[in-house]
Amino acid sequence: MQILIDSLIGFSAGFIGSQGLGGGGVLVMFLTVFMNVGQLKAQGINLLFFIPVGVFSLIMHTKKRLVEWKVALPAIIFGLLGAAAGCFAAGYLGARVIRKIFGFMLLILGVFELFFPHKEKYKTTNRKEHKNKEPSR
Amino acid sequence: MKFKIKNLKGSLPGFIAGILNGLLGAGGGMVVVPMLEKSGIEPNKSHATSIAVIVPLCILSAILYLAGNNLSYYDVLPYLPAGLIGAFIGAKVLPHIPGNILRRIFGAFMLYSAWRLLMG
Repeated sequence: MQILIDSLIGFSAGFIGSQGLGGGGVLVMFLTVFMNVGQLKAQGINLLFFIPVGVFSLIMHTKKRLVEWKVALPAIIFGLLGAAAGCFAAGYLGARVIRKIFGFMLLILGVFELFFPHKEKYKTTNRKEHKNKEPSR
Repeated sequence: MKFKIKNLKGSLPGFIAGILNGLLGAGGGMVVVPMLEKSGIEPNKSHATSIAVIVPLCILSAILYLAGNNLSYYDVLPYLPAGLIGAFIGAKVLPHIPGNILRRIFGAFMLYSAWRLLMG
């Protein structure tokens, strides 16, 4: 039974995320709200979840030469610094505070999706390119 | 690769995406995609480039989370196979789903979750 529930959660998170919804936090949301997984653990699972999906889309994108590596590289370097800072901040602030911050992010995103849903902007002629719409973004 | 100032335009969104990624385990693309688009990169390329930025951040954040949060990489396994299938199907059917309805439903669901997290 548990495996069915887990699969359903995984499937929904992958599906909804690939629609560009939820800011990449769909799995965190499901795990914390319905499965009572701790906030930081849920976030860690979400990070692990995105790696294989992201690597796969990245390979597809790179083949199509859609990645602007010259722009990406500096962003990655500064991003890694930010990620390290973010992780330490998360550890310092603790699960309770992070839970509220995450909730606040959902509140803002939710208001936008509910009241100002914008149609998908990225109409590509080649449907395959949508694969690249990452579940977490 | 020649160094050019204009290529640094991704640095600030990259940094902010990193903080979100580390702090909330999600949300980096929300910052990177629009800022890349604003700087004149086509939507397709902005998306692709944002994934190239986010993946390494996820890897670093995941390593740091694994080190400190009572987390093991086994924890993701129950969700992964179905998750990959869901992402694949989602990517295939993307143009066929009436976007606004799905967005509104999910928006309401996000507000419910926000309420649970903020009040709980």
